[in-house]
Amino acid sequence: MSVIIVMLVGSLIIAGGFLIAFLWSVKDGQYDDEYSPAHRILFDDTIKDKPIK
Amino acid sequence: MELERFSYDNRLPKYFAYATILWGVVGMLAGVLIAFQLAFPFLNLDMAATTFGRVRPVHTNAVIFAFVGNGIFTAIYYSLPRLLKTKMFSKVLGNIHFWGWQLIIVAAAITLLAGYTTGKEYAELEWPIDIAITLVWVVFGINMFGTILTRRERHLYVAIWFFIASWVTVAMLHIVNSMELPVSFMKSYPVYAGVQDALVQWWYGHNAVAFFLTTPYLGLMYYFVPKAANRPVYSYRLSIVHFWSLIFLYIWAGPHHLLYTALPQWAQSLGTAFSIMLLLPSWGGMLNGLFTLRGAWDKVREDPILKFFVVGVTAYGMSTFEGPMLSLKNVNAISHYSDWTVAHVHIGALGWNGFLTFGMLYWLIPRMFKTELFSKKLASAHFWIGTFGIILYAIPMYWAAFRSYFMFKAFTPEGQLQYQFIDIVQTTVPFYIMRAVGGTIFLLGTLLMVYNLVKTVSKGSFVESEEAEAAPLAKTYAPTGKRFWHSVIERKPILLLVMSLLVVALGGIFELIPTFMIKSNIPTIASVKPYTPLELQGRDIYVREGCYTCHSQMIRPFRYEVMRYGEYSKAGEFVYDHPFQWGSKRTGPDLARIGGKYPDSWHFNHMLEPTSMAPGSVMPRYPWLFRRDIDVASTNSKIHAMRMLGVPYEEGYEAKANEDLMAQADKIAATLKTDKIEISSKKEIIALIAYLQRMGKDIKAEPKTTDK
Repeated sequence: MSVIIVMLVGSLIIAGGFLIAFLWSVKDGQYDDEYSPAHRILFDDTIKDKPIK
Repeated sequence: MELERFSYDNRLPKYFAYATILWGVVGMLAGVLIAFQLAFPFLNLDMAATTFGRVRPVHTNAVIFAFVGNGIFTAIYYSLPRLLKTKMFSKVLGNIHFWGWQLIIVAAAITLLAGYTTGKEYAELEWPIDIAITLVWVVFGINMFGTILTRRERHLYVAIWFFIASWVTVAMLHIVNSMELPVSFMKSYPVYAGVQDALVQWWYGHNAVAFFLTTPYLGLMYYFVPKAANRPVYSYRLSIVHFWSLIFLYIWAGPHHLLYTALPQWAQSLGTAFSIMLLLPSWGGMLNGLFTLRGAWDKVREDPILKFFVVGVTAYGMSTFEGPMLSLKNVNAISHYSDWTVAHVHIGALGWNGFLTFGMLYWLIPRMFKTELFSKKLASAHFWIGTFGIILYAIPMYWAAFRSYFMFKAFTPEGQLQYQFIDIVQTTVPFYIMRAVGGTIFLLGTLLMVYNLVKTVSKGSFVESEEAEAAPLAKTYAPTGKRFWHSVIERKPILLLVMSLLVVALGGIFELIPTFMIKSNIPTIASVKPYTPLELQGRDIYVREGCYTCHSQMIRPFRYEVMRYGEYSKAGEFVYDHPFQWGSKRTGPDLARIGGKYPDSWHFNHMLEPTSMAPGSVMPRYPWLFRRDIDVASTNSKIHAMRMLGVPYEEGYEAKANEDLMAQADKIAATLKTDKIEISSKKEIIALIAYLQRMGKDIKAEPKTTDK
């Protein structure tokens, strides 16, 4: 069943990386600004509607 | 700061959207055909290319990789530039990506119908196409990361994270699961065998659901639902939390496809545990999507687009609740190999992927054509027709699954099985008909959308590119407020790219697997021997005709299975199976121990006219197997390839392989002759009979260890 070992190691590296990233982000207060990103996408920056000067 | 002017390209999103619609209709048509074939076998038309075993992979591949695939690319090519305030990195790469992907789809449809298949579900495409997929995927990756590199918006919106994770993981899954040794131009054997192949396949299979059907569509949801509702996402924090936890948990869940099989117990338990945990991040995504509409439910009443999104996201919530439940072993005992699984995936495919795609298209097409949707009423009708179609599809399948389960495990007071397999098939047929009608209704709704969108396109004028302006990224970034590690990555796309590539490089590590594999393919059951050349040819015919789409080769350790099919399957029995053929659905009975159960003549007649041997059977006829000659020219290279993969054929066996093949074939022809059947020993049916008669027999030669 060597494939299990190989896949386990691979998956562990990926998942471990994700886990560290997640814990780190919580500890470092990553989620303090959770207002602007959600709102920013609602605004279009296209200039088709604006008068071009 | 000086504002920079640039433009968003609408041409490629439009192309991808058209491709989504086209392949969606094609994929659903194929689905409707195979659904009716299960109830009315004459619809197989007695032709190889139109037979269920070949059309079913066309349906699954078309819906997953063509319909949903193009849906993903539509969403990314439209939203990514707008989220990052820049144009897509390269038009040339975009064109290569688009046309490359469509060519792959066409090649896939043709080769699958022609019988070129690896026999691994959702990864059926042969090696040249696998390579093409890898190349186009890399082109897509360069284009996506290039865009991220040249962005004018520092923050990477959550949708982009989903797209990145999808790209990276799909790349790795595809490479690892497609490790195969070419035998000829369109034939290969996977380097893994038996249990190992099964594990890699379902690690891939489950994560294809996760990272092709789910994460990119969550990205799509996080862009298009807020846009369509004109509301910010309910909780940005939740979106980040559930993103990380989702990708962390998903990668482990694959073994839940192999519960009660010959896979080691601990691997099964691992898969189950992680599958149950998956409920939380999945529902985080669902609730976040639904709550985005908080205070906007009045809009849902008016707007068919939001209706599609609401039901789509709800379907996601239902199937991600069902998924963990199906991963419980006692529930899985009922659902595995049954129509329940089929219902489950269609709640996801029709509801989540289908409805989200429809909502996106209804929102996107009018915008790109600077007009209003031709008819809101028609879109609303589509919504109701589609919803009804899903319900009519799913309920009969759930019903059929439970019904057949109770029939399978019914014993008479004397301790005999109460029902023959054919009895169960026949009680299921009416449910197959209802399901097919449900699918047809869903397809009709889709056609309504096609009409609506064609009308919309013809009344609008296409906006090839949209001018936009934004400030460039400052050379030096002065962070405001608190700094987080996360924002560091977000500001450093190269770091992000390197990290992503590191993860992809893991795929490279996996390429070393073959070296490991060959050693562990050493048999653990001494009586299990490699296939004879004729059986090997027969096995390749079995794979080619897609027998695994209806027949399993894995007997689970239940009384009602052991009594019906024979001794439960052992891991050591599959060590020479490149690829494994355990299957995932029992429309027909398990074949793991079919060898020696019936005479050769039974198989001969059954393949020619299934109902002659099993009245009421819904199996197709296979007349071409009686006309076509065995491809003896390929025997040499097949034996050679198998030896390279660790199958212990003696050195130089290639030279006399065909001699042995003919000798065995003549013997079978002679046996058939005693039953008054005249057939040339060169025909493919002879090889198939040889394989069928071999299956599951080796272990019977094993000396009994238990004392009586």
